[in-house]
Amino acid sequence: MSDLKQELKEKIITQLNLEDIAIDEIADNDSLFGDGLGLDSIDALELIVMLDKDYGIKLTDPKEGKKIFESIEVMANYITKHRTK
Amino acid sequence: MKVEQLKIKEYCSIFNNKVMLNEQLIFENQETDFSSFIKLAYKKLDTNYPKFFKMDDLSKLGFLAADILLKPISSDSERPKNIALAFSNSASSLETDRKHQNSIVDKENYFPSPAIFVYTLPNICLGEISIRHKLYSENSFFIFNHFNAGYLYDYATCLIKTGKADEVLCGWINRDADDYEAFLYLVSTEGSIAHNKEEIIKLYTRK
Repeated sequence: MSDLKQELKEKIITQLNLEDIAIDEIADNDSLFGDGLGLDSIDALELIVMLDKDYGIKLTDPKEGKKIFESIEVMANYITKHRTK
Repeated sequence: MKVEQLKIKEYCSIFNNKVMLNEQLIFENQETDFSSFIKLAYKKLDTNYPKFFKMDDLSKLGFLAADILLKPISSDSERPKNIALAFSNSASSLETDRKHQNSIVDKENYFPSPAIFVYTLPNICLGEISIRHKLYSENSFFIFNHFNAGYLYDYATCLIKTGKADEVLCGWINRDADDYEAFLYLVSTEGSIAHNKEEIIKLYTRK
């Protein structure tokens, strides 16, 4: 699980172009949106594509993302339970 | 509405790994590709806007050139805020269009990126600049075969003389394959350079 969390932090920084943020600055329970990392709605769509492409998880309802992308911890738990690749 | 002779207040060029403000070289790095160059310029010029890194190349070019010209204005509450934007180029958003196309060409590996797709219009750059500088003004992005000083002159003059804008940030930002260039100038009622077609061409070709 800790490997997956590390992997998610790396992917988020790279794929969302968070140039000024280092991996160790993202705590497992930090909010990804709002006052946390400050991700926006386009980032949310990008994360939905990432779940599909890298983990084989298709979100049928984009509103699900609001809960799943709450933090690295929540994302990692969700991916572990639902991944198909 | 009576308006005195319009002027070009300042101008900025980004080309050949150089950033020029008026006639002054303010940043240069010949050792890197465009991606690294623009990132280094961003840092050197204290742009301080993390969303910059999410932009496509065309928006980065226009955003950085505009920021150099508008940052002093934005921080001065006495300055006019009704600054219209009139940009142009020949390649539209072609470079980003190609990236998007590459992401959807393989039906077995069909993962279009929303972050790329949002930049498949050149005028998104104008939105980025407007958000940064809180501009609620007229904005237009024209596609020409070549830099069209006459059209930009007429357009900026009309905007100011009809009271649609106090100042107009005009110019050319282009990105295609390995080429890039930005040339922006601020048309105002203040300044020392006459605003006419000949001067615009002179400044554009001087770079």
